[in-house]
Amino acid sequence: MDRAGIPIYLVRWAGAQVLTALGRIGGMAILLSVTARWVYKAIFTPKARFDVEGLTVQMVRVGVKSVGVVALVQIFIGVILALQMTPPLEPFGQEGMVSNIIGVAGFRMLGPIITAVVLSGFAGASIAAELGTMVVSEEIEAMEAIALNPIRYLVVPRILATFVMTILLTIVADWMIAVGGWVTSRLVLGPESYVGYWVRMREQLRYRDFVTGLIQAGVFGILISLIACHEGLKVTGGAEGVGRATTKTVVYSIVAIVIAACICTMIFYAFEL
Amino acid sequence: MVETQEQPVRTATPVISVVDLVKRFDSKTVLDGVTLDVFPGETMVIMGGSGCGKSTLLRHMIGSMQPNEGSVRLFGEDLVVLSEDQLNAVRKRFGILFQSGALFNSMTVGENVALPLNEHTDLDEATIDIMVRIKLELVGLREAVDLMPAEISGGMKKRAGLARAIALDPEILFYDEPSAGLDPVTSAEIDQLIMDLTGKLGVTSVVVTHEMDSAFRIADRMGMLDKGRMLKIAPRAEFEAIRDGEATGDEMTDLIRQFLRGDSEGPITDRRRETGYEEDILEMAGGP
Repeated sequence: MDRAGIPIYLVRWAGAQVLTALGRIGGMAILLSVTARWVYKAIFTPKARFDVEGLTVQMVRVGVKSVGVVALVQIFIGVILALQMTPPLEPFGQEGMVSNIIGVAGFRMLGPIITAVVLSGFAGASIAAELGTMVVSEEIEAMEAIALNPIRYLVVPRILATFVMTILLTIVADWMIAVGGWVTSRLVLGPESYVGYWVRMREQLRYRDFVTGLIQAGVFGILISLIACHEGLKVTGGAEGVGRATTKTVVYSIVAIVIAACICTMIFYAFEL
Repeated sequence: MVETQEQPVRTATPVISVVDLVKRFDSKTVLDGVTLDVFPGETMVIMGGSGCGKSTLLRHMIGSMQPNEGSVRLFGEDLVVLSEDQLNAVRKRFGILFQSGALFNSMTVGENVALPLNEHTDLDEATIDIMVRIKLELVGLREAVDLMPAEISGGMKKRAGLARAIALDPEILFYDEPSAGLDPVTSAEIDQLIMDLTGKLGVTSVVVTHEMDSAFRIADRMGMLDKGRMLKIAPRAEFEAIRDGEATGDEMTDLIRQFLRGDSEGPITDRRRETGYEEDILEMAGGP
């Protein structure tokens, strides 16, 4: 044990944290660049092709199997929004505006972000566990030994599939939030809310509300799968390591999603999108 | 198995040549100047206790680890300086059987064996199918072609892993602890398989193991690795002589002898006992 005072200890601890974080970000940047190179090769050179079968399997695993959960969660988000936003609008006699609020909040932010959070648990954790198990059972090394690049055969399809499916699921999610809000208006809130609900929402929403949401969804999808692949591939220490990797994947994904959402929103705000 | 085999004819050029290999993890030196030549057609067994660096040595020979110093040459190519593509070209010329078999769990046994053929040859489906069956027959596993890895036993996994390793007709086969975790009979079967393949396919084999029965069964030459150093490389007969002889008083020979015989008393255990027990206790008590 060192006998240095607590302040020194704190500085050391903070320094170590920063170093690990930078190491992690660096590792992911390398993984992303190698992935991008394989995707580029697959598109522009005739020699390397996409592993269509692998990609399909991953898209089904990431997207199709989670569509029910995403839809369910998002309906409830719509219900919550409708119930929480109506009381503050009442003093102004603007209960009807709840539809506009649900539209903007849902399409711009809650659709993509909640979908991404669900997927970080659904897809991210399972990708990390799967790759981690493959590391532990020497499968990754075996792949390299038979001259197959693990990034090309494992990481590329997972990142592409998560990227595409997060966007597609966000489209479903956006509408589920809107539906959740409408159902609540119809059943609980009264005619001021539900009469003209869809018309007001359509008047409020611009294409850019929809598109900025999807851009963010794409960013989140890449972040989730990148973190999951990175954590999965650097598992050490057997089954326990796999468990740690899945936990880390979910925690880091959620933090990364929120930070990315904030940065995206700042950029969109600056460019008045 | 009593089978006195003549030493294989030593051609001038080794297929594997490891020179002064040094590997450190952080400050710990795992391999400390290992030099080793393996000649065509022979079976070289590398022995050593847990943590002596034998798996690390194997990983350098297959190009999945980079050394801090020294070089590893396969077929005359220095693995350290090769690009990814060049390294992959070398990888197609050797096969490796991992400790657990390392089958891809999402594929059937047959698909596992077919994978290298699908990815690295232009053969059509039907031909690959036949080749998969031939390879599986060689390891006695033809009936398991459609089973998933989770459905077969540890010994079968190793055979299937072996079938995959020989899919591309390699010139060198590496084995990482081929008999670890197997019962004696299955372990003997795997050893027989290794010898059969060496005979049938004429491959060079490198086997890393700490199972002495197995080592003496299959080896032409043997190397003893201890604490990252290659203590001795010699024909099997020399090691047999050390094992069956009396203690000589020579530290290194006795150390090898203890390891080969699996004795609980000897230089290895003495060394472990020597390392500063009293000092540790005193330090824990607050210093002398």
